[in-house]
Amino acid sequence: MPQIEFWQGNMALAQGAIAAGCRFFGGYPITPSTEIAEVCAEELPKLGGKFIQMEDEIGGIAAAIGASIAGYKAMTGTSGPGFSLKQENLGLAYMAEIPLVVVDVMRGGPSTGLPTMVSQQDVMQARWGSHGDHGTIAYAPSSVQECYELAIDAFNMAERFRQPVLIMSDEVVGHMREKVVIPEPGSYMLVDRKRPHATPDAFVPYKADEADDIPPMASFGDGYRWHVTGLTHNDWGFPTNNHGDIEKKMLRLMRKIDRFRDDIVKYETEAVEDAKVLVVAYGSPARSALRAVRQAREKGIKAGFFRPITLWPFPDKEVGALAAKAHSVLVPELNCGQMVLEVERAVAGRARVLGQSLVNGELFKPSAILAKIEEVA
Amino acid sequence: MSDRYEIRLAGSGGQGVILAAVILGEAAVLHEGLAAVQSQSYGPEARGGSSKSEVVISKGSIDYPKATALDLQVILTQKSCDEYVKDSKPGSVVIIDDFFIEEIPDVDADVFHLPIVRTAREKIGKEIVVNMVALGAAAGALEKKGIMKPESIRKAILARVPKGTEELNGRAFDEGYALVK
Repeated sequence: MPQIEFWQGNMALAQGAIAAGCRFFGGYPITPSTEIAEVCAEELPKLGGKFIQMEDEIGGIAAAIGASIAGYKAMTGTSGPGFSLKQENLGLAYMAEIPLVVVDVMRGGPSTGLPTMVSQQDVMQARWGSHGDHGTIAYAPSSVQECYELAIDAFNMAERFRQPVLIMSDEVVGHMREKVVIPEPGSYMLVDRKRPHATPDAFVPYKADEADDIPPMASFGDGYRWHVTGLTHNDWGFPTNNHGDIEKKMLRLMRKIDRFRDDIVKYETEAVEDAKVLVVAYGSPARSALRAVRQAREKGIKAGFFRPITLWPFPDKEVGALAAKAHSVLVPELNCGQMVLEVERAVAGRARVLGQSLVNGELFKPSAILAKIEEVA
Repeated sequence: MSDRYEIRLAGSGGQGVILAAVILGEAAVLHEGLAAVQSQSYGPEARGGSSKSEVVISKGSIDYPKATALDLQVILTQKSCDEYVKDSKPGSVVIIDDFFIEEIPDVDADVFHLPIVRTAREKIGKEIVVNMVALGAAAGALEKKGIMKPESIRKAILARVPKGTEELNGRAFDEGYALVK
């Protein structure tokens, strides 16, 4: 008998992280993400792991980075105001290539905004919030089941690509309770970071393997010497002003994600084959959009549903190919129009792209999206 | 049951309507083998603000997780009644408390005007179990509609409440159930 639970999204996310091997959580409580910290505080010590409530959001991610450098799978969780505070250290983790999972359970912004109400106003911040170029992997769960499963994917990707991976959950998904079928341990793959092939004497900490552009990672305390810095560094990990070394590092940071884009991108579709109105929605509004598309189909409207599961990398080729067969693409989102810009880029003029915004703290009602589908059909 | 059955519990913060909805969801998923989604809305305050919680139950998968047209509403305050009673589906069931809500609202539904708060206060002697009395009343309505067995809800309550309070909460549930029976 599979284990069946009735869990909150935040609880499933924390449990999925633990199943993925997370053994460290550093963070600071913030609504609507606090339940993730609560579950980690309860469960991690039982497994030999550690939970630390730090002095603030910045300390939370800093501690998680430290734990990861020491060889542990580590996570921090937050919401918009904390996500802003974490951006500087998120950049450090991109530059120093530290595996890490960062969860943002999105609430209304800007500033302290709406602690108890949903939004999707941080999705561009996920891509561009930390200064400087870097590849981004960001997931948007839309069910409690997916909170569990994407937490496992996020850790696997963080370990594989040696960089932070973001889970952009939202207040509705984080707080709703839903049936979860817990996958049997062993029924899914778990990835661990590559360890050095070289002896400590011959170890070059940022020398990447040609096969994947990713350097093996030693843990602090293992006897390998390794300099960690946010300054642009050479293969030895030391700051460099050599233009060749600088370019090599920067292009590799981008390339290690770009070349495996097809392994990372995830999405889901329904009724897209003959769709003339394609609805692109992610996170909790995807649930409203799916119902609206089904209702439109019942009325004989050729509507289709596309749900990006990875916001970054964005499934641009896939959206573009379907848009070419449609006349309209509708993008309902709980912000003033963010991912619609990425959809416009993907569609590239092959259909008209219309945004639909809701920023009053509520989830879209299916009827609102259905009305828009009928309007453009 | 059609493809979805929608329940809302509404009251003021501290009355335990969120916990009551969680228990209904647990009963549906863990004891009835159904799918359920429970969601809530609440303000930043712990007591006194408006609080509402919804459970959508289905035999199949559930797309939109919130209520659209309610099959059952349990409403414990006048303010929530004024705001939410209109969301009921025609011919659905509305259970309202007779202490906090004096007038029966004008709505196309079977309205049960029941002493939920008074039962908790007077019969049980503890107002804190008002949500369990409300669950009992809801269980009666859900049984009549063939949605869920009262035993499933009772089991979910006993699994959820703090140790040592099972008898108290079970009794409150039974009293609530008797109000609708």
